[in-house]
Amino acid sequence: MRGRPLLHTSYARDQAMMPTATKKAVLAVFLGLAALAPFASRIPLYPDFLGDNDWMKLLSHVAIFGIGALGINLLTGVAGQVSLGHAFFMGVGAYVGAVFGAPTGDLWGLGLPMWIWLPMAGVVPALIGILVGPAAVRVRGLYLAFATLALVFIGEWAWRNLTFITGGSFSGRSFPDFQWRWWKEEEPVVDFTTDSVWMGYAVSEEAKVYLMMVAFLVVATLLAKNLQRTRTGRAFQAIRDRDIAAEVMGVNEFRYKLMAFGISSGFAGVAGALFASFVGRQIPETWDLFLSVEFLAIILIGGAGTVSGALMGSAFVVILPRLVQDFTDALKQTIVGGEGTLAAVADVVVAVSADDSGIVHTLPGVGPGLSVFQLNQILFGLLIILFMILEPLGLYGIWVRVRNYWRGWPFTY
Amino acid sequence: MMGAVLSLGVIAQSGPSQFLGTIVNGVSLGAIYALLAMGFVIIFKATQVVNFAHGALATLGAYFTAVVAVDLNFPGRYIQGSPVLGWSISVMVALVLSALVGMLLERIFVRPMVGEELFSLAIITLGMHIVLLTVVTDLIGPDPRSIADPWGDARVELGFVIIPQTQIAQFVAAIALMLLVGLFFRTRTGVAMRATAFDQEAARAQGINVGRIFAIAWAIGAVLATVGGVFGSVYPRRVGVFPDTALLAMRAFPAIILGGLDSVGGAVIGGLVVGLAESLAGSYLNQPLFGTGFSGIVPYLLMMIVLFVRPHGIFGTGEVRRI
Repeated sequence: MRGRPLLHTSYARDQAMMPTATKKAVLAVFLGLAALAPFASRIPLYPDFLGDNDWMKLLSHVAIFGIGALGINLLTGVAGQVSLGHAFFMGVGAYVGAVFGAPTGDLWGLGLPMWIWLPMAGVVPALIGILVGPAAVRVRGLYLAFATLALVFIGEWAWRNLTFITGGSFSGRSFPDFQWRWWKEEEPVVDFTTDSVWMGYAVSEEAKVYLMMVAFLVVATLLAKNLQRTRTGRAFQAIRDRDIAAEVMGVNEFRYKLMAFGISSGFAGVAGALFASFVGRQIPETWDLFLSVEFLAIILIGGAGTVSGALMGSAFVVILPRLVQDFTDALKQTIVGGEGTLAAVADVVVAVSADDSGIVHTLPGVGPGLSVFQLNQILFGLLIILFMILEPLGLYGIWVRVRNYWRGWPFTY
Repeated sequence: MMGAVLSLGVIAQSGPSQFLGTIVNGVSLGAIYALLAMGFVIIFKATQVVNFAHGALATLGAYFTAVVAVDLNFPGRYIQGSPVLGWSISVMVALVLSALVGMLLERIFVRPMVGEELFSLAIITLGMHIVLLTVVTDLIGPDPRSIADPWGDARVELGFVIIPQTQIAQFVAAIALMLLVGLFFRTRTGVAMRATAFDQEAARAQGINVGRIFAIAWAIGAVLATVGGVFGSVYPRRVGVFPDTALLAMRAFPAIILGGLDSVGGAVIGGLVVGLAESLAGSYLNQPLFGTGFSGIVPYLLMMIVLFVRPHGIFGTGEVRRI
């Protein structure tokens, strides 16, 4: 069988999660590297900066968005139902998590441990998704996008007004800390909010959270990947590819669409709760249309319908602003530093003082030109457009082409 | 509708003048929604694009008006005598600019995607929305930009109701534009557009320049969005152009769903219904029962109800499912 990766002699093999040894090896190496990232500085040849605390935070952010992206990927990529309501369900999950997990205070909070509030943050949004689902699932195609758009706005109104849960627009509320307890006792079994030493290695607070998020992401990925291989997953894909044909073949369209909506909402809820707790304090406006669009962009940039695409997309969308930031900072240093062709070129593009006329200005506050944040927004919008026009399969499509190049080498096909 | 039913009891207490004022306000808001919805429907029918960037276009158009009428003061500095005439010309200039932007957007981002799925196009417009809105927000700056309408806060008293002059101007403009659009569909180009909307390939086979029709549709869409944006930025709604004028257009989406995605007449009626409902809710369904900002989501609630009862809208074409 070696050298013929596309030859499958049984259905089980065709549907195997890791059909080839190469895939297994690559995954093992990748997981190993991901798990070792917090100890980067101790490992020779491992990029040091990845172990820094701010990169740990960024990577945790990637993992959290990855969980959410897996959810919308199931609904939009696998089942073919375009949804703009992801942010709404993330909000539901976040506030359910807060009600169960945050300590009792001015706002509602039961102070229960994480093994209760995190699953609840998935279950409740899934149920709400199934409740409001019929309005959304009865309609097809673009009307679904509109219906879920309405959910986001209705949700924003609800969050602003349920001040006893959300804290309102001005202060927001704080969300439960990441602490593992069996029940409400004072001393947590594993505390993710302090630095400590594990097995002789110093592990920072950020690194601990990162490791936990990677673990959650692995579980979520397994769930999503396995769901695609079941009867349910095949029904989703049948609906996506041709809904009428699917129904003719005996797929109950309404039921499976509702199911896709519910499961996707559950993933969104968990991601929302993790995200809120990870950032610590959120205002109701966090769960707005832009967040929904961001998730749609993640799966489109990554490659709709594929699990690895959803994960690549999250990494891309989360890390890009940081790279842009670093790049502009570097340009700024070159300009302030003085000479060279690079500085001369950069000077036209980047403004470093208030009266400087560059397209991008690095000073916070008002000045001519775009701020780095605005530059990021524009890049983000342009990326959505460019990927749709030039590379509809997303990063996954690029990867497939690279892979096929090597697979066929030295032939081009 | 829901707002109307619930508020019947309250009207008796607050008196007819407030009620009539609410109705007038609702119709004027409805006219704005109708303009935005019409532009949207024309783009959708002619080019099969669901334009999520409509709000950004409206904001951009209103910003153009602010630049032409205030910053450049054109033609205000040449025409002293008649502020209404001067301002109208400024708006016209802004409309031309928006039409150009609309055509440009179509040419760069939409044309390469002809024949692709509806979703891909809709998502491209979402990307356009983000880019445009970011640019406009930066251009507008931290403070709202006045668009120097000649009426200010002057009002006319008609029996029970006091109507702001801007709203009268708005009725006139909206009705004129609706008539113009109606007339346009009877012209040669308009018929070509209807043919394109019906079947792109057949229209092409008949010698219709479909690309030109696309450009014209986007130009008209941008113009209608701009007028909506301009009237959404004057007294009594706003004191100038804010970046969140885009949200106003977002609330026009329910009007489109109500009327049906592909019905221009439906867009007008949908706009009026949504405007009235929002205005009534704003006057009669307030704190503490409904919370702050409830009127803003009334359009969406209405839309959800319509989607439940009649998924393709009141005037929209029902979907025929063929195997």
